[in-house]
Amino acid sequence: MSAQPVEFHPSFAERSKAAIDDPHLRQSFRGAMDFLQAKRRAQFPDAEELGRLRDLGAAIRRYALANLPQLLEQLEGKLTANGVKVHWAETPAEANAIVLGIARRHAAKRMVKGKSMVSEECGFNHAMEAAGIEALETDMGEYIVQLAGEGPSHIIMPAIHKTKQQIAQLFAEKLPGVKYTENVDALIRIGREVLRKKFAAADIGLSGVNFAVAETGTLFLVENEGNGRMCTTVPKVHVAITDIEKVVAKLEHVTVLNTLLPRSATGQAVETYQNFISGPRKPDELDGPDEVHLILLDNGRTQAYSDVQLRATLQCIRCGACMNHCPVYARIGGHAYGTVYPGPIGAIISPHLLGLESTYPLAFASTLCGACAEVCPVRIPIVDILIRLRTEAQARPDAAHLRGSGTARTAGVSAIWRAWSVIYSRLGLYRLTTWFMSRSRALSPTEQGAWTRSRTPLVPAPKRLRDLLRERRR
Amino acid sequence: MSARDNILARLRAAPAGEALPLPDVAAWYAAAAPAEAATPVERFRANIEAAHAEVHDTDAASWPALLARIAGAKNVRRLLVGNGAPEAAALAGHADAALQLVPYVEPASRWRDDFFDGIDAALTPARSAIADTGSLILWPDATAPRLMSLVPAIHFVLLDAAAIHRDLYTAMKAERWADGMPTNALVISGPSKTADIQQTLAYGAHGPRELVVLLLRRPS
Repeated sequence: MSAQPVEFHPSFAERSKAAIDDPHLRQSFRGAMDFLQAKRRAQFPDAEELGRLRDLGAAIRRYALANLPQLLEQLEGKLTANGVKVHWAETPAEANAIVLGIARRHAAKRMVKGKSMVSEECGFNHAMEAAGIEALETDMGEYIVQLAGEGPSHIIMPAIHKTKQQIAQLFAEKLPGVKYTENVDALIRIGREVLRKKFAAADIGLSGVNFAVAETGTLFLVENEGNGRMCTTVPKVHVAITDIEKVVAKLEHVTVLNTLLPRSATGQAVETYQNFISGPRKPDELDGPDEVHLILLDNGRTQAYSDVQLRATLQCIRCGACMNHCPVYARIGGHAYGTVYPGPIGAIISPHLLGLESTYPLAFASTLCGACAEVCPVRIPIVDILIRLRTEAQARPDAAHLRGSGTARTAGVSAIWRAWSVIYSRLGLYRLTTWFMSRSRALSPTEQGAWTRSRTPLVPAPKRLRDLLRERRR
Repeated sequence: MSARDNILARLRAAPAGEALPLPDVAAWYAAAAPAEAATPVERFRANIEAAHAEVHDTDAASWPALLARIAGAKNVRRLLVGNGAPEAAALAGHADAALQLVPYVEPASRWRDDFFDGIDAALTPARSAIADTGSLILWPDATAPRLMSLVPAIHFVLLDAAAIHRDLYTAMKAERWADGMPTNALVISGPSKTADIQQTLAYGAHGPRELVVLLLRRPS
């Protein structure tokens, strides 16, 4: 495990402030969130049926997690029998090294990529560039953010933070011979033409996986554009990378989860392409890769798995509905989080990937309104997990469960809690303290940090509860 | 210890949760609201047309002439067909100077440039279809390889109207998918599209711009 704590500069608070001060960004996100929320609502007209479907989706994911080690072994066995090579990686560095090893064996120089959040997690593109291999994003949104030298700001719609004017500008600047146009069809045609040449010339195609089916040894991938199918079909080598929790037990489980996934994500009934890959091409087949690899990445998932409450984090099917409905995400956008996975799911998964040291502020960046848990298609109790992570961040060393637990616990806070426990466990002292406080209200500070920025100062009540009760009894 | 052993050991060391039964997917589909009054064919058609596909009613005898006519209207000059595929034989009589049939004989890697730039359209059969989502099911093989439904700008599909299932689950069970999957199975629900630029829908992102379904009905 990579034990080095990650540090973010600027801090989450500074980045959020900058995002809130950017009216274009605010407008992009507000518009997109309203659009996605309305589309999702239209897909689920019957609340009762949705409730039952979510129950089934949650049961499928919980069943998979309850049997995770066995299912991973079954998946490995089936895939191997189908001719797929299975690799395991504990860290992003190991995953990148596996891909580099495959690339070297084929003397590969050009790689085309379908959308993969796990590859983002691995800092994959930089690792390939450092080794002299071009790793080109081919999903239109990912292509746009890569061209801009940025990362995705949403797990489903990577370029959601960009206006079409910004994209038109970007294409005109970066692509030779391209004139400025705000016509979306024209912009997509430009992307299509550039990328078709890249598909035809690529040595390796890299993709993520939406679900891996243990029963049949099948990788299930969904998309609308067709770039994913290009990456998994045209180059002679296909490398799929996924996290260990994406496994499901049965092929039929995919049909249920994919009834929830596109409707929750983008409000569409179904994606254009559902791609079931169960092996490399057979000798008589005229296309498809000669080699298929699957890399199973841990990167902290086993920590989440080790805790019965936090294990639910791994039920996630990466639809992004939680961020689409989050009042915090809608205002600060995806980049402010500083993590690969933003929004509520980012706040609860990132501590396992990166440690709580750098990620605990995300758990506090929530009003705990519960919109995320209400729309989650697999019923992850996101609010309970956020509260648990807040507790972990403040945990005493003897009650720490996670990497980085207790980071937010300062000497001042520790002293306050120690004093609190002394006072509250001795009746005489408690009475004396509350008596003193109710009589010394004038000593309360008028500046109370973040609290008084938009609220009146906190001042103890003039009369204690026991005084009020005594008066009433008279 | 290998990464594999370490990961599995950590998972096995974790406290066991409650024992859970295998979720009853069959019961969900059995209890799901019964299909509306519309027939599966009507629902398939309405749904896939809503996803921007074209659907033409025809039958086993007259589809080749219809296809030749549509291809002509769309300026298709070179149409890719499966090598030795029955539909290629049925269409052979309609090929002429304006519509050339190109059989998919060589592995894609050997003629990639011509494939990507020189083919206007492809014709494949669909194995079956799905009414609820307006989707075509394709199991590519040697006579209908994977890239035929992806690379050319227009994809023509032959679909037997009797092979339309209610949903993917029903299709999977009826066709016994879990007993043996092909190297690649596809469920296609319209032409390629994207909404990655400011949520504006555009067709023909990387795959076909047009999906044309020839629906083969039995004469009643």
